[in-house]
Amino acid sequence: MKAILSALAAGLVFGLGLIVSGMVNPAKVLNFLDIAGQWDPSLAFVMAGAASTVFIGYRFVLKRPAPLFADRFNLPGATRIDARLIGGAIMFGIGWGLVGLCPGPALTALGTGAVPVVVFAAAMLAGMAGWRWLVRD
Amino acid sequence: MDTVTQFTPVSALIGGVLIGLSAVMLMALNGRIAGIAGIVGGLLGPAPFMRLDRYWRLAFVAGLIAAPALWFAITGSAPQISVTDSWPMLIVAGLVVGIGTQIGSGCTSGHGVCGLARLSPRSLVATGLFMAAALLTVFVTRHLI
Repeated sequence: MKAILSALAAGLVFGLGLIVSGMVNPAKVLNFLDIAGQWDPSLAFVMAGAASTVFIGYRFVLKRPAPLFADRFNLPGATRIDARLIGGAIMFGIGWGLVGLCPGPALTALGTGAVPVVVFAAAMLAGMAGWRWLVRD
Repeated sequence: MDTVTQFTPVSALIGGVLIGLSAVMLMALNGRIAGIAGIVGGLLGPAPFMRLDRYWRLAFVAGLIAAPALWFAITGSAPQISVTDSWPMLIVAGLVVGIGTQIGSGCTSGHGVCGLARLSPRSLVATGLFMAAALLTVFVTRHLI
């Protein structure tokens, strides 16, 4: 139960961060990616603020023997830079550049009920489910 | 027509720190990476129906979706969201993002925030590639087509 409430709280804080930063707005994301046009560098500050907070925070957290509400820290074990990683990242980047929505902002923006976001999010979830069922993961 | 947006470094930084704090919380309390593609993907395959870990995933996603309502309760205004794309474009982009993030095991949060903070070489490569692909895509769609 505690693990469920802490995940809910973390999701809320994550969503608020996306809203406060403006990253939930695809127009802002596309303008960040449009260096040759109406460039809005704001998102560099979002990424830098988030990554440096995690860099510092993880240093303290991962020194502990275990998380508070789970048995162990679940860290990605893969180290190989393979064709799957490369191809998947490029594919994701193309989709992100087409509309300006990535998974986090798509789900948070879904909470506003905006119809274009509902359409995008439905397709995104279908794509995720399709791949997971294909590889039986 | 491209929507003009203002450069907002202060709110961007504050929002970024909130995203970072959420990721630190999720690791400290649940022992999990705050990667949205991974959290959601883990709910959508054939395996999760047997997994006990689906509840924290659902709770995190519920938090993300409820954030605009909380924001409205605090500030009295809805977050600004401008999307001008056609339905076919939204569907194609959604599918490509959904499939790409599962093939590449991560998105902006998993690779771009948590992975970079862990100095993971895989995440560094993935982030460089999806940023480059996104920049190039916007250049092509806004300036060449």
